[in-house]
Amino acid sequence: MEKLLVVNNVSKNYGDYTALNDVSIEVEKGSIFGLLGPNGAGKTTLIRIINQITMPDTGSVILDGEPLKPDHVRYIGYLPEERGLYKTMKVGEQALYLAQLKGLSKQEAKQRLKYWFDRLDIGDWWDKKIQELSKGMAQKIQFVVTVLHNPKLLIFDEPFSGFDPINANLIKDEILKLRDDGATVIFSTHRMESVEEMCDHIALINKSNKILDGKLVDIKRQYKNNIFEIGLITPNHAATTASLKEKFEIFPTTFKSINEELKYKVKLPDSVSTNEFVNYLTSQGQLTHFVEVIPSASDIFIETIQNNQL
Amino acid sequence: MNHLPLIIKREYLTKVRNKSFVIMTFLSPIIFVGIFALVAYLSNLNNDTVRKISVLDESGLFLTEFKSTAQTHYILLPNISLDEAKKDAQTDETYGLLYIPDSESLESISKGITFFSEESPSLPFMNSINKMLESKVNTLKLKEAGMDSDVIKDLRININANQETFKGEETSKLGSGLKLIFGGAAGYLLFMFIIIYGNMIMRSVIEEKTSRVIEVIISSVKPRLLLLGKIFGTTLAGITQFLIWVILILVLMTVVTSVFGIDPSAGSPSQQAIESTIDGGTQQVLNDILIEINNLPITNLIIMFVLFFVGGYLLYASLYAAVGAAVDSETDTQQFMMPILMPLILAVYVGFFTVIDNPHGTVSQVFSYIPFTSPVVMLMRIPFGVPIWQQVVSVLILFGTFIGMVWFAAKIYRVGILMYGKKPSYKEIFKWLKY
Repeated sequence: MEKLLVVNNVSKNYGDYTALNDVSIEVEKGSIFGLLGPNGAGKTTLIRIINQITMPDTGSVILDGEPLKPDHVRYIGYLPEERGLYKTMKVGEQALYLAQLKGLSKQEAKQRLKYWFDRLDIGDWWDKKIQELSKGMAQKIQFVVTVLHNPKLLIFDEPFSGFDPINANLIKDEILKLRDDGATVIFSTHRMESVEEMCDHIALINKSNKILDGKLVDIKRQYKNNIFEIGLITPNHAATTASLKEKFEIFPTTFKSINEELKYKVKLPDSVSTNEFVNYLTSQGQLTHFVEVIPSASDIFIETIQNNQL
Repeated sequence: MNHLPLIIKREYLTKVRNKSFVIMTFLSPIIFVGIFALVAYLSNLNNDTVRKISVLDESGLFLTEFKSTAQTHYILLPNISLDEAKKDAQTDETYGLLYIPDSESLESISKGITFFSEESPSLPFMNSINKMLESKVNTLKLKEAGMDSDVIKDLRININANQETFKGEETSKLGSGLKLIFGGAAGYLLFMFIIIYGNMIMRSVIEEKTSRVIEVIISSVKPRLLLLGKIFGTTLAGITQFLIWVILILVLMTVVTSVFGIDPSAGSPSQQAIESTIDGGTQQVLNDILIEINNLPITNLIIMFVLFFVGGYLLYASLYAAVGAAVDSETDTQQFMMPILMPLILAVYVGFFTVIDNPHGTVSQVFSYIPFTSPVVMLMRIPFGVPIWQQVVSVLILFGTFIGMVWFAAKIYRVGILMYGKKPSYKEIFKWLKY
């Protein structure tokens, strides 16, 4: 896969404080890249470096095969976490101004704005001042301004904050659509369910260092422990439990079910294949539930950070 | 991609369309002219009242001196006692009673002169009475000593030393006054401009920070460009406001003076007094003023005014912008305002005291090179004749410092605009320079 953005060994110090330590990431074209990490880990610094707001002390950033240069700002759309608009400016004027700063002509900006305003059904806001809008409404304008110049690379820092669930979904669908249309997205958030839903690739930054990086599915595969959740109806629950305990490591579990059954999480040793395990279970009784336990993004996040702190 | 015009345009339009800006632009001249008109009207009203003064001259020496005018009527009382005169004066509602006793010697007469009144009389009025009596007594004394006052008048010669520079240009005291007015006005204008519009720039930077729009903007343009655009845009808005002020004040003044029939150049008694001392030579004085204005290095003044004004203003404006970037809200700006205002106030002090005293002294010279004071001090010195090379050196230093200051301000700005939360200390700001 072609890389749109390559960050090579970037470090950044503020005085004695190290904000980023030798961080490298690669973002594939047309993918959604999740940039995760606890507060103060250095995500925003990395994003600011990509946006050329701050310069790295060492290391380099390559966008679409070229080292980052001032002209590149027009290929990047950035929705910062600390965001806002000029409160006393009118919506339309402000959007035009910001679009022109990104290199669009006034004419073109007007056309595209009309398209987006119609699409998000906010056309009649054109002459309103930002201070007359609610926070969610202002966020919509902010989103439009971010994507208006059709950037190749979109960077969203907590894009859903301030949105109600309906609008959050709307924005999520728009982001996915932009991805389908060829844009590449870097996505920084603490909302793990959105990561789960949207990201193809994640990198985890903790205390200025990258501690995890890879495709989400690969990481999940790497983090799964061969644990299965089972439900089993047997003539004699106690005997079966004893037999299970003897052969495997088991943990009690709960899940919703209409049956009275044995519910356990079972860790399979590498020597036992899934098929052998299923055969064994069916020999014990009626198998009603069999699921491989796959760690969620949230589990992975917490586990990795905790291990890193040790 | 040159965004500077775009940024300047936005900054300009936002300022100009701002409601309080519009209101201030049109209200200030109205208030200014209104107050002027009110004061002129009131003092006119004051002048219309006629003062009746009773005079009891027991010595009989001064009787010929009291000549009634439109505003002052002297009532010479016949030979009555002081008590009666007092009573009369009170019942007649006169302004006061001037009592001159009779005595052997002029000295004791002078000592006995008393002015009785209900309330204490106005100072200018008492001065004019005293002066009048004094000159009469002096004349009488001279006569006593056997000297003719007319002869003495003839003997008196007024000296008004001619002033000429080595290059042969004639100068005069009048010219020095004019120079002071020119220089002082230029310096003061710059001072006001810096304070009013420097603050405006600072507020606009703070607004960008508090509305959090800043990070969106600087992901599109370089902070230095934004800083420059802000300074230029606000400056243009300031010039617009200043021009409107000047035009409006001129127009309103003309209207007010013609409608209310107030002649601002005449009116108050003190002015009349001054005019009478000039003794009908008003035309001559006007001519002198015109000649002096012609003698001023006009071209030099205008060019240097523009250069120093622009340079000085930009220098301070970038400082104001840096302060705005360093803080979160306007209330936090106090500790950083002092170091900006100090040199500015110092410049005005040096300008109005030292330069007036000695335009080419060491202190004046030194301060006209220091970039933070040179705009004001040098502007005040130039009318007195400063060699061109000195002016050029000072301008070069000023603009050099301006460039350095923009670099410095941009550094603080770049880091400061992304810092939220706590108010930074000087130490921290110094550290930002190294980021």
